[in-house]
Amino acid sequence: MSIDAATVKRVAKLARLAVPEVRLEPMAQELSTIMAWIEQLNEVDTDGVEPMTSCVAARLPMREDVVADGGQPDKVLANAPRRVDNFFVVPKVVE
Amino acid sequence: MTASSLTGLTLKGALDGLAAKRFSAEELAAAHLEAIAKANPHLNAYVLETPDQALAMARASDARRAAGDAGPLDGIALGIKDLFCTEGVRSTAASKILGEFVPPYESTVTANLWRDGAVMLGKLNMDEFAMGSSNETSAFGPVTNPWRAEGSNRPLTPGGSSGGSAAAVAADLCLAATATDTGGSIRQPAAFTGTVGVKPTYGRCSRFGVVAFASSLDQAGPIAKTVEDAAILLRSMAGHDPKDSTSLDVETPDFASFVGRSVKGLRVGVPDEYRLDAMPAEIAALWDRGVDWLKGAGCEIKRVSLPHTKYALPTYYIVAPAEASSNLARYDGMRFGLREDGANLTEVYENTRAAGFGEEVKRRILIGAYVLSAGYYDAYYLKALRVRRRIADDFDAAFLEVDALLTPTAPSAAFALGDRVSDPVAMYLNDVFTVTTNLAGLPGVSVPAGLDSSGLPLGLQLIGRALDEGTLFSLAGALEQAAAFRAKPAPWW
Repeated sequence: MSIDAATVKRVAKLARLAVPEVRLEPMAQELSTIMAWIEQLNEVDTDGVEPMTSCVAARLPMREDVVADGGQPDKVLANAPRRVDNFFVVPKVVE
Repeated sequence: MTASSLTGLTLKGALDGLAAKRFSAEELAAAHLEAIAKANPHLNAYVLETPDQALAMARASDARRAAGDAGPLDGIALGIKDLFCTEGVRSTAASKILGEFVPPYESTVTANLWRDGAVMLGKLNMDEFAMGSSNETSAFGPVTNPWRAEGSNRPLTPGGSSGGSAAAVAADLCLAATATDTGGSIRQPAAFTGTVGVKPTYGRCSRFGVVAFASSLDQAGPIAKTVEDAAILLRSMAGHDPKDSTSLDVETPDFASFVGRSVKGLRVGVPDEYRLDAMPAEIAALWDRGVDWLKGAGCEIKRVSLPHTKYALPTYYIVAPAEASSNLARYDGMRFGLREDGANLTEVYENTRAAGFGEEVKRRILIGAYVLSAGYYDAYYLKALRVRRRIADDFDAAFLEVDALLTPTAPSAAFALGDRVSDPVAMYLNDVFTVTTNLAGLPGVSVPAGLDSSGLPLGLQLIGRALDEGTLFSLAGALEQAAAFRAKPAPWW
């Protein structure tokens, strides 16, 4: 399936990636080439085949629902672009 | 011993020398640091050198050894791929979006190495977020392969994404290195640099603290100078970890004890579908030689069929970007890494991610978001997961008849930097022989097996049953012995 510039714009919005207008068309062509190559998967008969989400057969391990770690605000905040006291400073979310 | 004779050692040779007190861990680390300082401006293998830490760790190792308390890797000087988080040491995944990120925790794999006494020389270059096959997507610029074609000065790729790891091992800038493999990122660079690379069974090594690319495919492993070295290093890297729910709760065998064992009577499959029409004659000839070597060692060779092989790469380019688009959603500029300004919150996200991610990473995020988006999820993502099952079933069927498979590692020798950057699909084809094992979760090893007509190394790959790395190490040892690959790149740096 061919991907057009409008689709790139929509998907880029979903992925929260700013793509400049001039890049939309070239990106659409690149992605179309890749998706055209991927289309060959339609040759494979997969009727009744269970999707494979993991190559590990093991069941997900369970543990007690207790606090196992924490109380380290300085470590948590050490890489914050902006912080005040023990808080991340983020752009205004609610007007 | 002289500095160059120390860096020229194998990991096993260094362990023996340290045990015999022929040199200290500090001397070993210092020799490598000196080699790195000289070579790195030319090779760009390390994105961060940590000399103070290396010497401190080496001195501590010497003290442990003097006290009779040496661990299995004590004093061994290693390079660490920059995908592994190292506490207090900048870890970037070769991306601008992680900027100057300094992890407040240690990845389990590297913690295991330090537990066993290893010494960190620095962090190794790679493709950004491990997305690439030539190291050219790194925010730090590409690594240059220490190998050059005969009579040429043209810079070649060391492969990717673990190009820094492979180049550093090949150029004797560490005794061995950690690496990761999502579609071939350990084995293809190993083949391009004349080194040994092992991608273990999915779940052998913990993914905790390894920057995530595609979680159902990512697996850590070693790149080393010999099969035995890789086996020694993998034993320390591996092991169950409650912090990774996909880490397998199984015993870690003494992998090195399998190297040198007889392979007589083992059945080795040669998959018909890996014989590509466009395969260079030299690669086909090397593959045939590999078959003869294993026959000579007493293996029984069988033709096998893996009918869905050609669909592995397109499947991978749905599954890996889908998982990546989800994993990389965390880079939002709020809690760590780069933050770019914008008029509102959405713009901050969009501008941060536009400025922080490179072109290939953006391409894969967009593919991933596209195949997961409403209306396409079933047609692309679920379809790919179903084909993935078919690919895994092919291996299950083959392993009823054989104990391992022998294939080439990559469809070419190292190519020139810049040659394939403009054609994503051509770049993706590098992984045609390696990506199948990631989709099925199986272990694979690349062993250097010969030189092509221009003097560049070529590798052969062995693929094994899940958790049967032991058999692979025996077969890889037999291949290594028969191939007697001793070539090293002539230093020009």
